[in-house]
Amino acid sequence: MSLLLVADIYGGYGGADILKGASVRVERDEIVVIVGPNGAGKSTVMKAVFGLLRIRKGQVRYKDEDITNARPEQMVKRGVAYVPQEKNVFPSLTVQENLEMGAFLLSGDLRPRLEKVYAVFPKLRDRRRQQAGLMSGGERQMVAMGRALMIDPELLMLDEPTAGLSPLLIDETFGRIREIQALGIGVLMVEQNAKQALAIADRGYVLATGANRHEDTGPNLLANREVAEMFLGG
Amino acid sequence: MDLLIDLIQLSIYGIVLGSILTLGAIGVSMIFGILRFAHFAHGDLMTIGAYVGLSFLVFTGAPVWWALPAGMVGAALTALLVDQAVYKHIRRTQPVILLISSFGMALVLRSVVQLVWGPNVYSYTGGIQRPWWFGDIAIVPNHVWILLAAVLIVAALHLFLTRTRMGKAMRAMSDNMDLALVTGIPAERVILITWILGGMLAAGAGVLLGMDSRLTPTMGWNILLPVFAAAILGGIGRPYGAIAGGMIIGLAMEISTLYLEPSYKPAVAFVIMVAVLIVRPQGIFKGTL
Amino acid sequence: MELSGIAAYLVSFFTFVGIYAILALGLNMQWGFTGQFNIGVAGFFAVGAYTSAILTVPESPWHVGGFGHPFLVGIAGAMVASALLGLLIGWITARLRTDYLAIATIGIAETLRLIIANESWLTNGVRGMSGIDRPFAGVFQTLGLTSAMGTLIVVTTFLVAVYFLVERARQSPWGRVLRAIRENEPAAEAAGKDIGRFRLQAFVAGSAIMGLGGALYAHYFGFLSPEAFMPLYGTFLVWVMLIAGGSGNNKGALLGAVVIWSIWSGSEFFMSAALPDAWSGQSGPLRVILIGVLLQVILISRPQGLLPERAPKTVPFGKVANRKERA
Ligand SMILES: Nc1ncnc2c1ncn2[C@@H]1O[C@H](COP(=O)(O)OP(=O)(O)O)[C@@H](O)[C@H]1O
Ligand SMILES: [Mg+2]
Repeated sequence: MSLLLVADIYGGYGGADILKGASVRVERDEIVVIVGPNGAGKSTVMKAVFGLLRIRKGQVRYKDEDITNARPEQMVKRGVAYVPQEKNVFPSLTVQENLEMGAFLLSGDLRPRLEKVYAVFPKLRDRRRQQAGLMSGGERQMVAMGRALMIDPELLMLDEPTAGLSPLLIDETFGRIREIQALGIGVLMVEQNAKQALAIADRGYVLATGANRHEDTGPNLLANREVAEMFLGG
Repeated sequence: MDLLIDLIQLSIYGIVLGSILTLGAIGVSMIFGILRFAHFAHGDLMTIGAYVGLSFLVFTGAPVWWALPAGMVGAALTALLVDQAVYKHIRRTQPVILLISSFGMALVLRSVVQLVWGPNVYSYTGGIQRPWWFGDIAIVPNHVWILLAAVLIVAALHLFLTRTRMGKAMRAMSDNMDLALVTGIPAERVILITWILGGMLAAGAGVLLGMDSRLTPTMGWNILLPVFAAAILGGIGRPYGAIAGGMIIGLAMEISTLYLEPSYKPAVAFVIMVAVLIVRPQGIFKGTL
Repeated sequence: MELSGIAAYLVSFFTFVGIYAILALGLNMQWGFTGQFNIGVAGFFAVGAYTSAILTVPESPWHVGGFGHPFLVGIAGAMVASALLGLLIGWITARLRTDYLAIATIGIAETLRLIIANESWLTNGVRGMSGIDRPFAGVFQTLGLTSAMGTLIVVTTFLVAVYFLVERARQSPWGRVLRAIRENEPAAEAAGKDIGRFRLQAFVAGSAIMGLGGALYAHYFGFLSPEAFMPLYGTFLVWVMLIAGGSGNNKGALLGAVVIWSIWSGSEFFMSAALPDAWSGQSGPLRVILIGVLLQVILISRPQGLLPERAPKTVPFGKVANRKERA
């Protein structure tokens, strides 16, 4: 039973379809990466899975349950967390308040959850009283991922977690993502830094014009000449 | 010397007016932050709060300050009712449709006040209070209570917004609606709380305004423009900016009476607002409008 | 009621419908065509009314005047004054969200009302301004018509003229650009249109039309006081008319004026007949509640109004995208 199964979905933002048969599969504690040119519909796939736009045709299954067009709130309740590509923190809230919002739907003591997140991102503990909007891009990305981890997700969806980061921070971020995977969490991420992402990925998909082009293990995709020439910048 | 005394005296009035405006402006700002529209019925919600408070006093014979909680309950219920009966159904369309609707709702609420309480002028307490004199400066006891009540209300709101889960969720939603959605913050519930708080704040402003002067069916409408001016000056969508905005507008309105007819006070607020719109439309604290 | 009484009532009824229809057409240019939220219609209405009155009334010991200009000069002055006011407000708020425009327009309307009430030298304050003549009364008299009937003819003439002008404007390339801006601002901007300018033009044109409405009101009613320019009469009814009729549709604006004015003035009759005497003082607020609730019902159940807007055939932008979609 796959954790997430996206089967041949079609849909868009009200106008023409942006997704024209996109499919993705994520198994438990796998890192799966979607790469592809700008405007291919990678972010749109993530939004469609998370219930932010209407899927016209096709199916999304989570742990074998049909969740096509479920509302975001229901996704969170099922244990799926999503970090959007941009504007992914609450700028006027402090770091800790951002994290607390991640667990809004849960009741009970938040402290153990906070501790868990602080264990993955120790820096956040030191800066927990700082306003998120005043932090650097890299720190904000950590806040965003931390917020998503607060629900103890089984599946974490990350849209370009390394966009705009320095090479050093990119390495660090990918390191964190592996740590997250090691906690037993499946990760589905969209990445522009395709080579590095595929290097840590179990499997990858190449998406173009809203449909799957290639699908293989990370290393195989990296070795694929056509993929390298067309999508990975030679 | 006389000018200085006048200035101090007017500044006291200004702070009192400013604290009333602040309560109104925080509500407008909060509602804007979460529902993305300028709530034109806010002034008349203040009026409702003031009159419900009055009725409570009349029926129970309770001490005057009871008007405050009673009015808050009345205005919060009114706000909830209006939201559930009307606004809720148009929220999915453009926010600007809500603006038209709230403009109509302002007139409806005012007419309800006229219908229930008549066009008469009321006041909470009979007679004129003897001021306390500090040298040449007179302080009316009511002004002290008004300021104190406003400070307490703002402090309570501050605690709510920074210490409770729901308060934080309200700030989160006003920061970034889309992210709140994917985080799983239940928008409908936050909206209901926003109306309850907005209504309570409006009633606070209305009752305190009634204590400062008198109750008329147009009292809230007449103060709506300065309230909006305060909210814009503070950066609309920024509740804390509303405090600064309210104080500046209140002081300017009162001090202007040194040179202008007092009936032009709302126009002073308007002129400041226009100046802000030209020079720094996002307000002092970078609003989100 | 006698026949002549009914006739007089009908003349007054249609004169008001005509004046409100002009205001609604002006608002349609701003809101219906471009989505600009003017909630201070009363202000533009007042500026038009007072400008024309001041330009035309005979000398008075109470306020400025005595210019004794003819009616048409008053009308022209009213339109220019309102247009200038619109230019000012539009310029200030051009780059801002429409909520700011709403707040600014209500601010100007309220401020103008304060000025009218306080600056007696100009407007005679709350005591009001009287002695404003009806248009061409002498001419109509020689034709055997009352001055009220004459005014109705003049109002109707202006209404027809305004209607054809705004309808022409709507179908012109200019009107289509306005609609494109309203529908999809980024696309219009990408097509190289100066959005701010088009918006401002529409706002100023709408303001001038409202000024015309105000001037006609002044000359029909003959008496002006700040009371007439409360947001209820000046702004709210016009909005309800436009929304009920169908924003964006000029015929809708006309229909809305007829329907809402019928309900508004009909409710007065109905309530004075139906309400017990003890309640007679309450008919004012009850009528406002009636119209207010009607507005909410329309917004919830039929936001497009009685006559929904129909876009003219050609679409200036997004042609390429459309073609792709069809393919
Ligand atoms: N909110 C939106 N409304 C309409 N179209 C959108 C929206 N977001 C993205 N698109 C369009 O969908 C297509 C795919 O966008 P996206 O999924 O963001 O691409 P990617 O993430 O692969 O760079 C693009 O053509 C883009 O213009
Ligand atoms: Mg993207």
